[in-house]
Amino acid sequence: MANGENVKKSSSGSWKNLIRNQCFIPIAALLLLAVFNLIADPSFFKITLGYNSAGDPVLSGFIINIINNGSELAILAIGMTLVTAASGGQDISVGAAIAIAGSVILRVLCGGNARPETLQAPIIVAFLVACVVAMLFGAFNGVLVAYFKIQPMIATLILYTAGRSIAAWINNNELPVISDPKFAYFGGFIPGIPIPTPCFIAIACMIVIGIVLKVTNLRLYTQAVGINQSSSKLNGLNPELIKVMAFVILGLCVAVAGLIKVSRVSSINYSVIAKDIEMDAILAVALGGNALSGGKFSMAASIIGAFVIQFLTTTLYKFGVPATALPAYKAVVVILLVIVSAPTVREYFDTMMKKMKLKKEVA
Amino acid sequence: MEDNIVLKMRNIHKIFPGVRALQGVDFTLRKGEIHALMGENGAGKSTLIKVLTGVYGKEDGEIFLDGTEGPVAIHSPQDAQNMGISTVYQEITLCPNLTVAENMFIGRTKGTVQNWKKMNADTDRILQSLEVPAKAAQQLGTCSLAVQQMIAIARAVDMECKVLILDEPTSSLDEQEVEKLFKLMRDLRAKGVGIIFVTHFLEQVYEVCDRITVMRDGKLVGEYEIENLPRVQLVSKMLGKEVDDLSDIKSEVKTFDAGKDAVPVLEAEGLVSNAGIKPFDFHINKGEVNGFTGLLGSGRSECVRAIFGADRVTGGKVKMKGKDVKIAKPLDAMKNGIAYLPEDRKVDGIVGDLSVRDNIILAQQVLKGFFKPFSKAEANKVADEYIKLLNIKTASKDTPIKSLSGGNQQKVILARWLFTHPEYLILDEPTRGIDVGTKVDIQKLVLKLASEGMSVTFISSELDEMLRTCSRLIVMRDRKAVGELTGDDLNQGTVMNTIAGGDK
Amino acid sequence: MAKTDKNTAPAGKGLSAKLMGMTDTNLLLTITVIVFFLMYICAVAFLRGGFLKPQTFFLILNSNAALIILACGMSLVMITGGIDISVGGVTALVSMCCAVYLDYKGGNVFGAILIALAIGLAFGAIQGLMVAYLDIQPFIVTLAGMFFAKGMTTVVNSSPFNVANEAFVALKTTRINVPGLGSVNKKGIFVPAYVEIGVLVAILIVIVMFVLLRWTKLGRNFYAVGGNKQSALMLGINVKRTKFLSHLICGLLAGIGGFVYFLHVGSGSPSNAAGAEMDAIASSIIGGTMLTGGVGNVVGTFFGVLSLSTIQNIVSSIGFDEAWWTGITKAAMLCLFLLVQSVVMSVRKKRNSAG
Repeated sequence: MANGENVKKSSSGSWKNLIRNQCFIPIAALLLLAVFNLIADPSFFKITLGYNSAGDPVLSGFIINIINNGSELAILAIGMTLVTAASGGQDISVGAAIAIAGSVILRVLCGGNARPETLQAPIIVAFLVACVVAMLFGAFNGVLVAYFKIQPMIATLILYTAGRSIAAWINNNELPVISDPKFAYFGGFIPGIPIPTPCFIAIACMIVIGIVLKVTNLRLYTQAVGINQSSSKLNGLNPELIKVMAFVILGLCVAVAGLIKVSRVSSINYSVIAKDIEMDAILAVALGGNALSGGKFSMAASIIGAFVIQFLTTTLYKFGVPATALPAYKAVVVILLVIVSAPTVREYFDTMMKKMKLKKEVA
Repeated sequence: MEDNIVLKMRNIHKIFPGVRALQGVDFTLRKGEIHALMGENGAGKSTLIKVLTGVYGKEDGEIFLDGTEGPVAIHSPQDAQNMGISTVYQEITLCPNLTVAENMFIGRTKGTVQNWKKMNADTDRILQSLEVPAKAAQQLGTCSLAVQQMIAIARAVDMECKVLILDEPTSSLDEQEVEKLFKLMRDLRAKGVGIIFVTHFLEQVYEVCDRITVMRDGKLVGEYEIENLPRVQLVSKMLGKEVDDLSDIKSEVKTFDAGKDAVPVLEAEGLVSNAGIKPFDFHINKGEVNGFTGLLGSGRSECVRAIFGADRVTGGKVKMKGKDVKIAKPLDAMKNGIAYLPEDRKVDGIVGDLSVRDNIILAQQVLKGFFKPFSKAEANKVADEYIKLLNIKTASKDTPIKSLSGGNQQKVILARWLFTHPEYLILDEPTRGIDVGTKVDIQKLVLKLASEGMSVTFISSELDEMLRTCSRLIVMRDRKAVGELTGDDLNQGTVMNTIAGGDK
Repeated sequence: MAKTDKNTAPAGKGLSAKLMGMTDTNLLLTITVIVFFLMYICAVAFLRGGFLKPQTFFLILNSNAALIILACGMSLVMITGGIDISVGGVTALVSMCCAVYLDYKGGNVFGAILIALAIGLAFGAIQGLMVAYLDIQPFIVTLAGMFFAKGMTTVVNSSPFNVANEAFVALKTTRINVPGLGSVNKKGIFVPAYVEIGVLVAILIVIVMFVLLRWTKLGRNFYAVGGNKQSALMLGINVKRTKFLSHLICGLLAGIGGFVYFLHVGSGSPSNAAGAEMDAIASSIIGGTMLTGGVGNVVGTFFGVLSLSTIQNIVSSIGFDEAWWTGITKAAMLCLFLLVQSVVMSVRKKRNSAG
């Protein structure tokens, strides 16, 4: 029986396998958006080399915008995918945590003075402190989820509620501004390199996670824990630790995203910075075809999902949709995407296809 | 339809992706009979029942019910209930967060208003008459599994049904409860209810059933009067081949001789865990097969779980080959060469969505460490090897394990532990809920492994299986080890007596 | 409900045995109610000040009437095992649409109420369809719902404005005195305590929802589906319809809550009800509803809303009145309740499995 099935699969399978691939839907969405823009206005894809106010060469264009602005989202999608896979839930506190990380960076750089002439500490130190803080908050979420068995969304609701307040409290509700141009490199351009720095940071993160997934068992362990916690425990795994680890990794992603965010404006607005980014990050994971209930995951699909969201955002901006109305359009696209990828809908089309095939065979 | 027939299924077809689960199956149920539906795992019994109860749709075929002209359409369990078909499933299908009374009545009474008083009173009356130790207003989740199963049965019985389906209802019940259930079934039979009974226990079939329908590989093998089908024939019909008497597999293999002064592979002294067992002593030699026996809930599983570190160990000493070791968690045990195949395959064994390959390598991979993953080629090689060795029936090694049949899932778990090359293998109910063919395979494998020098602890609810494989039995009663039997004491009578309490 | 204890208390004696015999729902409800009253009594006893005046309590009610209604809907969906994070967005959309209708289109209050209900029902129905019949995760569906509602709010009108419609303002400023309660002001005049119309609506809805969940078959079906979807199906419950109805009712309540919110603030603004969905979730949890489904009670939710608001009052009257304390207090309260619930439930589970 097994043999017969294999034969059947390989003959009609390649097309089907392509559709079944997790990356299919996000890539198809990306292509669709690209084609739409190509038809509507081919200049969308134009990339121009210009010079910024400091006289350094910079690339600009919508595509560059997408890659640039999508960086934080892609970085967060990495951590969110792991958290989703291991815990079967989502972290809704990443926006608030970015506010905290950003606030910590500014606090260390300014050393209590809101308008410092010079940096009070090296940027790397500030970043490392932010990493530690963000990972600690990640661990806090992780411990609530893993050891107290609170649902991820609910557990992270705590930090979601408190995060921006904590961020304001760290800087005593002042809004520090960094005047040192070096700090702006992380969210802007390094002199002489025309490609935005966030792109490099995002690519570096992707490479790191790619290597980690290759040389460690992170994938197998998180999936096993996400699918069957009790069974993975009897196979010698420590499910609690793995869940906490996923949240800590997300914390690290948050710190990196926080650095980019505050560097972009060289300052911070506690109630606005990274607002609703958690929703976009979760969407990225979902658009990547990953089950939000945990288990198997595809990191590549999540990252592509993040860029789909950014592509959509930029496209809408280009067509003059005001920023505040943007979510409405986004929602419509998201709904269409999830309906197309919903298992019940897919099944329905599968049976339709089968019936059509049968008819053809009869004819 | 003829007068005495209550249910007729004709030419039922059901296709799952890649599998023809049912191929033209016929089934007839008469009024006032207990009809056993038999077959190996994957034979299609559960599928047939789920088609009948509207959980699955069917590709082709017709279902006729007494009192209805023409074929009936059953689209949901609700439809089935309304037509007088009530079902008790193998897994408990009640809501743990509701009260016992609600579970008895939800989904089957008309009207919009919930009358708690009447419902509770009715429930208490029914439960009392069936001697189920539960209160109507109690939350279901606070009852033991066996009591929950009895409540599910009480619900089904109370529904004034024409057809009662019992899909392996006895696996979590003890002997007395099974007796109660059988009495109930006989009473219902006398009232003219048609009962479909699915079970893996052959004794139970011969104790209560009138007629047997046998299925194999999604097809009907035949329908028989119970008197005309002796056990051996039933088994051979289920397996599709003539089998010799199953009991002489032990003589096929030679036993391993560890030598006289060998140190035990594992020695435990006063071991106790937080799962509520009394401290126990235990030892096992190289190449020995021993077993824990006792009634369900006597603490058999808890003992081996304590050895493996699956429950939190709260006291006692463990020595392996004479050296003190500390086993606080499963990983410690695995590092010391212990493997444990858990009792509940679905909850503790398989990692459902992962492929057969990943399921096989999982334990060894964990042992190897976080930073040393198997390469894809290595993993594939290992998977192929064990699929062949244990004759695992799977479409490919990439197939998610959850789509395999129960017996094959169990073999994958077994492969997982064999791949860790353990010195000491613990098998907790490896044959529960799997087909007779695989059962024999596993028993043979146990003896073969032992002959090669592996120590094995074997736990099974079926005493003959234990007697066939084990050379020493530790008898448990009330969470305490009460005796140890070897040699000539290894016979049904003595074991039963020890379990029951010696002097009886 | 009191009967539950009598019938089920196991052989053991004393309070703890009694507590263990309760259903999860009642146990968590009891904790919430006790904590609320302890908190309030302590505030009255030690902080005195404003807490001595009955009106302080009714002010809390007045400003949280809408949240109570939203949280009731949220609890219902959570009991059924889902989640609806669109309620805040729907509230904003409802208030904006009603505001525009009343002021720019010259509409009347009755029409505005109809608009509110229609918007709520539409969101509930569409989201319910997608969750129940297309099997899409409720989080994603209602997330999109939230985005859509928030975006549409600014499409309808992008700038905030106060509504001047006379009939509406009259309704908004209607005060209903609470008989027998009040306080004497500085001039020695007795000022009766009052509530707004919204509070009556909220209380009515809590009662209706309580009756629905406790004494109707449909209500119990919500619990069954939340407790174990598969089992509920096997027990003969129409799971899809039940899920659909939970979202539909939640949408309807979001519409009503939206109007009550509008009635309280009297303006349309895209920033209306920002974060209300998370406040509703937090209140439900503090009220003893579990996101896992099958456990919860709207009376608890009612007290959950009040607790969340009371603790903020207490913290600011102690002297922590910087802006950031609001968020931190709410989070601390939520954290505390989650930990208590987590510990209580795990102790219960251990007892059950041991017994």
